[in-house]
Amino acid sequence: MTTEATLVLSVNNIEVVYDHVILVLKGVSLEVPQGGIVALLGANGAGKTTTLKAVSNLLHAERGAVTKGSILFDGVEVKSLSPNDLVRRGCIQVMEGRRAFAHLTVEENILTGAFTRRDGKSAIAQDLERVYAYFPRLKERRGSTAGYTSGGEQQMCVIGRALMSRPKMILLDEPSMGLAPQVVEEIFEIVRDLNIKEGVSFLLAEQNTNMALRYASHGYILENGRVVMDGEARALTANEDVKEFYLGVAGDKRKSYRDVKHYKRRKRWLA
Amino acid sequence: MIAFGQFLEVLIGGLMSGVLYSLVALGFVLIFKASGVFNYAQGAMVLLAGLALVRALDLLVANGFPLWVAVVLGIGFAAVIMAATAWLIERFVVGPLVNQDALTLFMSTIGVTFVIEGVAEMIFGSDVYPLQLFPTDAWFLFEGLFPGGILVNKLDVWGALIAGILVAGLALFFQRTKTGRALRAVADDHLAAHSVGIPISWIWFVVWLAAGLVALVAATVWGTKLGVQFSITFLALKALPVLIIGGLTSIPGAIVGGLIVGAGEKIAEVYLGPSIGGGIEYWFAYVLALAVLLVRPQGLFGERIIERI
Repeated sequence: MTTEATLVLSVNNIEVVYDHVILVLKGVSLEVPQGGIVALLGANGAGKTTTLKAVSNLLHAERGAVTKGSILFDGVEVKSLSPNDLVRRGCIQVMEGRRAFAHLTVEENILTGAFTRRDGKSAIAQDLERVYAYFPRLKERRGSTAGYTSGGEQQMCVIGRALMSRPKMILLDEPSMGLAPQVVEEIFEIVRDLNIKEGVSFLLAEQNTNMALRYASHGYILENGRVVMDGEARALTANEDVKEFYLGVAGDKRKSYRDVKHYKRRKRWLA
Repeated sequence: MIAFGQFLEVLIGGLMSGVLYSLVALGFVLIFKASGVFNYAQGAMVLLAGLALVRALDLLVANGFPLWVAVVLGIGFAAVIMAATAWLIERFVVGPLVNQDALTLFMSTIGVTFVIEGVAEMIFGSDVYPLQLFPTDAWFLFEGLFPGGILVNKLDVWGALIAGILVAGLALFFQRTKTGRALRAVADDHLAAHSVGIPISWIWFVVWLAAGLVALVAATVWGTKLGVQFSITFLALKALPVLIIGGLTSIPGAIVGGLIVGAGEKIAEVYLGPSIGGGIEYWFAYVLALAVLLVRPQGLFGERIIERI
């Protein structure tokens, strides 16, 4: 797809083990090009979140470790960097389940994203206004306690918080979780906006395959800790297996239980 | 009029001694707020700070330094000791235990308590060392209004003054500075704070350092009152009801809780004591705390438990 020079992230055949025994990722490789949106798809427990945390180096706090393979962000091996080093270099994760700081106001939440910055108050104030330009709703609610805002507002708040660190790449984990379809749409539109106008690359873990493939340029499908399929988003959307297993579209006629055997066989092939 | 004068004296005395409890409780609040750890070692830290200060003072004065120089150097020395303690605790105890259960962390601070007590007494000695930083005599107010006036201890007034300054300073630090905001973020969600690039180990060092310095302030006042000695560590037990009443996460709560406990126990002792037997002072605060736990478990000023419906 792209040459080495323009990759912002390349994950090479990594293995992740929790608690020294539980093997969660069994050789995952993926690439995010500069300025791209790459979707990481898969069911619960497939290893999407683990992959993102391996990149952002947050695994350590949950007793996980990358035992094999390498992860290069912007050409630098990630293993030796702490999460705050990584944020400083432009790689920030927006965690699953939003995780806004509940007792801080919306504005305070956004400002915590600028913790690693050393370029002075006026630059930070400027960026705050920029975040408000992307999320006008946050400006209206800047003084409210984040814990009492709606789920959509909290999701916007944590994306805005990540933007304050001036990232090159955002690892976005399930932004659609528990949100109404219109709100999901709104958030994905903003993601695309940020991608185009600010040049931020995204690695997007999603269960909402349909939505993710509409906005991504490229997709990877994870199952049981392995990449089972990858390709251009358009090609994936057109793929019969993806249609059947992830998009819930089953060719011409509806499937009946008679065909379960068929499903299982193909599933095995995929794994 | 005599009765009212006596009531005022008891009330003021109680409020003032309550502020002194608050000084100890503040250290607990700082650490609990930022890391969710109930730091059992706070009392031991007061002892350590007091011992470091009083021994440095004695040594300096014995070597002919003028008193004010000795005080400045002594406080500086004790502050350095508290910083070293904070660093060691973060590096070797709480740091490695990140993301563990709150109970695990609590247990580890019990261990820290014994280590601090042992090491402090080994290095600085285990006698009772008198400390004289503040005047300990009394004022008699409103002598024209009440026969004999109202007795107010000067030390208590100093204690209240210092506590006030400390609280104002801490409130500014938490609300207005970048590090303060990061501290509150870490308190809300460690991992999320980690993910936006806030270095947790640095934040925890800052918190333990702040608690250490608060312990030093408490040691100057309590050391003057009781002498620096081992029993100072039991102050931690007096701070407990203050924390429960005020709320574990609230700095103003620690002060208000201290005032309630201080005034409550003195008034109970004087007015209820004769009818149900003395010694109420020793358990009154705990009963009060229990009542608060039943009605408002997060304390009067505790952080509301946010739940979206």
